[in-house]
Amino acid sequence: MNEVLTDWRALVGRHLLHLRRMPDKLISATVLPMVFVVLFGVLFGSAISIPNGDYHEFIMAGIFTQVMITAVPNTAIGMLEDLGNGLVDRFRSLPMSPSAVLVGRTVGDTALRAITCLAMTAVGYAIGWRLQGGILGALAGFGVLLLFGFTMAWLGALLGMRVRSPEAASSLPSVLLMPLMFLSSAYVPLGGLPAWLRAIAEWNPISAVAGACRALWGNPAAAGDSFAARNPIPLALLWLALILLLVVPSAVRRYRTAVAA
Amino acid sequence: MDYAIQAEGLRKRYGDTEAVAGVDLAVPTGTITGVLGPNGAGKTTTVRMLATLLRPDGGRAEICGFDVVRQAREVRHRIGLTGQYAAVDQKLTGRENLQLIGVLQRLGRRNAKQRAAELLERFDLTEAADRLSGTYSGGMRRRLDLAASLIADPAVLFLDEPTTGLDPVSRLDLWAMIRAEVDRGLTVLLTTQYLEEADQLADRIAVVDKGVVIAGGTPEELKRQVGEERLDVTLAHVTDGLAVANALSRVSSSEPTVSPDGRTVSLTLAGGVLGISTAVSALHDAGVEIVDLAVRRPTLDDVFIALTGNRQVEPTLEKSPA
Ligand SMILES: Nc1ncnc2c1ncn2[C@@H]1O[C@H](COP(=O)(O)OP(=O)(O)O)[C@@H](O)[C@H]1O
Ligand SMILES: [Mg+2]
Repeated sequence: MNEVLTDWRALVGRHLLHLRRMPDKLISATVLPMVFVVLFGVLFGSAISIPNGDYHEFIMAGIFTQVMITAVPNTAIGMLEDLGNGLVDRFRSLPMSPSAVLVGRTVGDTALRAITCLAMTAVGYAIGWRLQGGILGALAGFGVLLLFGFTMAWLGALLGMRVRSPEAASSLPSVLLMPLMFLSSAYVPLGGLPAWLRAIAEWNPISAVAGACRALWGNPAAAGDSFAARNPIPLALLWLALILLLVVPSAVRRYRTAVAA
Repeated sequence: MDYAIQAEGLRKRYGDTEAVAGVDLAVPTGTITGVLGPNGAGKTTTVRMLATLLRPDGGRAEICGFDVVRQAREVRHRIGLTGQYAAVDQKLTGRENLQLIGVLQRLGRRNAKQRAAELLERFDLTEAADRLSGTYSGGMRRRLDLAASLIADPAVLFLDEPTTGLDPVSRLDLWAMIRAEVDRGLTVLLTTQYLEEADQLADRIAVVDKGVVIAGGTPEELKRQVGEERLDVTLAHVTDGLAVANALSRVSSSEPTVSPDGRTVSLTLAGGVLGISTAVSALHDAGVEIVDLAVRRPTLDDVFIALTGNRQVEPTLEKSPA
């Protein structure tokens, strides 16, 4: 166990060094999300109104949730690079823990997401958004968000070992996750949807994550009084635990035999 | 004899391709064996199976007495791998690369640091140690790669085409470094496409083609089959081919061959440099006009012609049309 922790620490260290050495990555992980906050907050915030509060307050958790999904292509492409330049071969020829390379990459990516959150929060505050759930609520909300980003990073790592090209690694996540994104309460409060579609949207893990953040941050919630809509926090944690339970073992299994395409 | 690497009947299939179709290898401890073969012969696949990266479909292999499938962990403690592409993290410095691998090899942080400094020195990278390895030249990156695979003092080192793509000077450097490691007692399995490289480094050579070993022996034994140096005579007049072949048959240790276009006559030189002057005077006496005269060392192609009578390798200078 001690040795496993040593491996994890070494690989997490590798990715934290990467973060410092890739200013372009830091810029792309902060600038675009900040632009989103301004665009949605200022432009749509005043144009759209929702029944139980301010759209501007409502949309922030949705933007945060959407931005976390960048973890999928980002991790997938990184994994493909490690496979392509022979690093995975080298790591696999060492007597090290098979999970360490993946843990390093996913934790490193989550650190990048945390920086994204900070940048977005700063811009959000500048345009009038407020965290209204107290310090603990605020931290817990970001915790859920980063757990979601961490989960998406593992999904990306698995994807990176299954696809053959960086093009596929960057386009597949949007193709697969876009519909899930729009069929959720990330952007819209769901009030106007037909009942069956609304049920799907309410149970959607993305709605659960955005809903959990809204609840913890004291921001207006999506409409609805179903079980899913009333309990976003446990639902979000359950979803993320379930996805991690599926994805982590299969990614580690895949890694044990991973070869470059 | 004590063998550090032993393989029997190793097999690996990819779909319809038998990448490795029953390879036997035995590398005595403290020696270098060169696996010589053209692109696609199954060299990399063999190395990957021996280095526990790929599970064989059949056969078995042991490294220092440990089975590569059932005792992979034991094997990984004893091997170093320098793959076909320099596997270094380009966003880390040379020193950080080595320290990372050292820690993962269970050396402990302090030890890893010290070993990294030692190896940087030994591989002439001290000056560049704190630069990102992405800024290194191909030769430097290869040396860093080699240093990384040696950081935990492995008993066995796998080198998969270590000098492919390097300039001649870097190649000579790397050869000297590999020899120095073997002098320290390391056992090496080296794959290469160059007969010269195998000749320079290896104690024994196994020639592989289409996934099987088609010949084996010391470089001397192999070269005896292939012939030492070859002389290519380019003619001014195509019609002179036969006269040249006749004139040169006396100085050649093998039957001179004429190229399909009739312009070049090629033969194995009987007596090195002395053979060249004999050949030139024989041509002069026969009154043949020569455009060019070239001595070349045997290539992989010559090995295959000698061993199988077939051309196996695409001439490297001709670009195939896209
Ligand atoms: N991952 C793979 N999938 C399918 N075919 C492969 C794979 N790896 C190697 N091959 C095939 O196996 C054969 C041997 O390849 P390889 O071991 O790389 O040869 P070498 O290293 O001697 O050039 C080739 O025909 C190659 O195309
Ligand atoms: Mg190869």
